[in-house]
Amino acid sequence: MSTTSLEVAEKVPSAGEYVVHHLANLNSSGHPQSAMIDFSIVNYDTLFFAILVGVGGLFCMWLAARKATSGVPGRTQAALEILVEMVGDQARTIIHNERSRRFVAPLALTVFIWVFLMNAMDFLPVDLLPFFWQKLSGNPHAYLRVVPTADLNGTLGLSVGVLLLCFFYNIRIKGIGGWAHELFTAPFGNHPLLYIPNFVMQIVEFSAKTISHGMRLFGNMYAGELIFLLIALMGMAFPALPLVGGSLLWLGHLVLGTLWAIFHILIVILQAFIFMMLTLVYIGQAHQSH
Amino acid sequence: MYLNATLLAQMGVFIILALFTMKFIWPPIVKALDERAARISEGLAQAERGRQSLAQADRTAAETVREAREKAAEVLIEAEKRAEQMIERARDDARIEAEKVMAAARDEIEQEGARMRESLRGRIADLAVAGAEKILRREVDAKAHADLLASIGEDL
Repeated sequence: MSTTSLEVAEKVPSAGEYVVHHLANLNSSGHPQSAMIDFSIVNYDTLFFAILVGVGGLFCMWLAARKATSGVPGRTQAALEILVEMVGDQARTIIHNERSRRFVAPLALTVFIWVFLMNAMDFLPVDLLPFFWQKLSGNPHAYLRVVPTADLNGTLGLSVGVLLLCFFYNIRIKGIGGWAHELFTAPFGNHPLLYIPNFVMQIVEFSAKTISHGMRLFGNMYAGELIFLLIALMGMAFPALPLVGGSLLWLGHLVLGTLWAIFHILIVILQAFIFMMLTLVYIGQAHQSH
Repeated sequence: MYLNATLLAQMGVFIILALFTMKFIWPPIVKALDERAARISEGLAQAERGRQSLAQADRTAAETVREAREKAAEVLIEAEKRAEQMIERARDDARIEAEKVMAAARDEIEQEGARMRESLRGRIADLAVAGAEKILRREVDAKAHADLLASIGEDL
């Protein structure tokens, strides 16, 4: 696509180079991160697009909510009301605490909208924004990833936030003593010999919930992005092949790209919904005593 | 799969966005929904009240119509009775009047008849006197026989 035509001028990238280049973040170090965990680095692109769609989405909702009327609602307000009622109903059935719901229900709505919008960045052609960024920055090799949820930092940031909220509500509902008691006596039972196994079990449970929460969304979006890249590669390969084979590849790009994008609409909404539901369920579990 | 400080920043953004939603987006929508629900339930209650008062008004109207109809029937009967009385009285008056007129007429006829008889009697007496005069011109003195003639005239 466009990027390729730009890069063709210098050097045609191999398929591997193309994919790897697309999966590297624009970060504060200026080159792809080498260490697995390095908290001195920040991914500018993930944060930029996450904040852009988050603030943009919430701003649009605020515009509609600001003029909300109890009379006949406009279409925008009606759509927002459907969302609010859907999330509110889910929150009511999962969290049986009116005071907690005052924060958790709007939190769930935020999660749903924000994750949906971040996922939806996948619908943009994979090379579109990177191409503009390379033009804008003047660096033909500039990195840019536009889907914040295809970056593990983006999704684990959310799930760790949910984990901290779980801690907060555990303490608020059960008190520090009550929660500590639960950490050492559940799930196996209240016996001095079982204190250590119980605590280990609790740590495993919290870690598993948080990591699977973030990893599930990341995995789906990362895989989706990768497939978009592979489909784009297929289309890109057509000038290198004889006419018939090349045309078939180009056609394949068109058909498969369309099909995958349509299927991806489902994944984008479904994953946003799952992420929201798990957020509610995990915070709801913090309200229950074992 | 590389973790870095983006995670912490994302966490902060997450909490800030959630707080914004809690403060500025969720409450107006929920308020609008609750108010609309209250208005709808109030409207339904009003409709129910309206239906009840309509039924009440229907009952009252039917009662009023029934009473009016009864009263009209009474008035009608009363009016018929009075009309009959009036006709009766008029008829009586007419009969009395007619009898009066007939009695007057009879009197008059009788008087007229008497008068006619009187005048006839006079005329016949005159004629008889005249005839007798013609017959008895010479022997009968009208003056000397006036008494006789008068008694004849009386017998006629």
